[in-house]
Amino acid sequence: MHSALLAIDLFFVIEKLVLIVAIVSISLVIAMYETYAERKVAAFIQDRRGPNRAGPFGLLQPLADGVKLFMKEEIIPNTSNRFLFILGPCLAMLAAMMTSAVVPWGGTIDFFGRQVNLQIADINIGILYVFGVVSMGVYGIMIGGWASNNKFSLMAALRGASQVISYELPMGLSLIALLMLTGSLKMSEIVAQQIDGWYNVLYQPLGFFIFLVCAFAECNRTPFDLPEAENELNFGYHQEYSSMKLGFYLFAEYINMFISSVIMATLFFGGYDIPFVNDASLSGLGNWLALLQGLSLIIKVCIFIFVFMWVRWTIPRFRYDQLMNLGWKTLIPLALVNMVVTAAIVLLKSNGWKF
Amino acid sequence: MDISQVLFYALSAMALGSAIMVVISRNPVHSVLWLIITFFAISGHYILLNAQFLGIVNLIVYAGAIMVLFLFVIMLMNLNAETEPQKNKWLKLAGVVAGGCLLLVLVAALKQAEVKGKVAMLGTGDIGLIKNLGHALFTDYVVPFELSSILFLSAMVGAVVIGKK
Repeated sequence: MHSALLAIDLFFVIEKLVLIVAIVSISLVIAMYETYAERKVAAFIQDRRGPNRAGPFGLLQPLADGVKLFMKEEIIPNTSNRFLFILGPCLAMLAAMMTSAVVPWGGTIDFFGRQVNLQIADINIGILYVFGVVSMGVYGIMIGGWASNNKFSLMAALRGASQVISYELPMGLSLIALLMLTGSLKMSEIVAQQIDGWYNVLYQPLGFFIFLVCAFAECNRTPFDLPEAENELNFGYHQEYSSMKLGFYLFAEYINMFISSVIMATLFFGGYDIPFVNDASLSGLGNWLALLQGLSLIIKVCIFIFVFMWVRWTIPRFRYDQLMNLGWKTLIPLALVNMVVTAAIVLLKSNGWKF
Repeated sequence: MDISQVLFYALSAMALGSAIMVVISRNPVHSVLWLIITFFAISGHYILLNAQFLGIVNLIVYAGAIMVLFLFVIMLMNLNAETEPQKNKWLKLAGVVAGGCLLLVLVAALKQAEVKGKVAMLGTGDIGLIKNLGHALFTDYVVPFELSSILFLSAMVGAVVIGKK
């Protein structure tokens, strides 16, 4: 038994562990500076200065916020369900971090003769995995809201959950059209096809738009931040939370934003492909090529994150019935039409453009 | 004992243990959460059998969507131990009788199903991979597949009709 158990490829485990630690810490650091960027963008749009006291240009502001959150008193309400109250933010954070496992972050690195793929798990159901994890994200909100034993929190949790479930449908439908073109659910395969050809957004502009809108809704960002509508629900599902548990909820939102930007860049904008450059011609750069590719992915992601913030500070919040109408009566029919048209074109193309 | 066997026993223990917790936990919200863990364990079994598509769809549909609806209902009903009405004594007796009958039927049925020598193929066989599964569904089983989709459609229409009333 022992000999068989030890037959695990030790280097494989170490490689994956290093990758996981690296990707998790990158996500956390980016999420940290998203909070800074959000305040700076907000300030820019509202013609203010934004945080500028902690460090040069206020760059240490996220650290100061983190210290503040840790120092706050930890309050667990008497009437709450203690275990679930703590489980809620943990689940939110866990679901936010898990998606990054299937994203290809760059090409392969040659590490002392060992080819290291910059992707934690190259599974052939990559996109479905993303969907699975996204659908788990609801539980963080629901459990937290219910366990607080507060009517406002419960209402907000129900709103959040129904919003996320409703917008998963058009998201999935818009992806089906994309998958018909790529013919693969593997993320690495989808990126490889875009490196060789055109970016998917050129084939699927409507699909990308629907996906973008749904991503806003899935992240509970304005204009879809109904679960934390202050004027209706005080503070939403995390009203009873304080200290770092509140921090986890807020942080999970920023990580979700980062991850959904990564997914959009990967599916529609060529992933780690360096735009306007033939990546294959740069293969002489060796490991630097992989780093450049990773950098180009991060730049694309930053652009998306900026769009997220831009929209947040430009568009006011929807009313709840408007939100549901948009999801069910506009986006789903649009996504269905997109799907049918794409299917017809794919079929025609495979028949050699003959009816 | 290799890794897949260790995983198999761990997942089985997890599935059975959490399924028992579903039945015996007092708080209905806890029951739902245990049921979600059960689904995770079953998805793990699917992945061991190399049926990745089935495993992930099980998570998306059951753990991700249906259990959320369960949670909705239970959270809105606000079932507390104090407010829950006491069960009728006769109801309990009827439950015991019904459970005993089910046990008899199961014993009678399982007596026939001899599984000795039939070992599930772990990690081999590729019908569970999405490409082969899609191919099988749209060629060999296209009629049942389309029929079941019509069934789903009619259920959806029915739900909308009931919701409109």
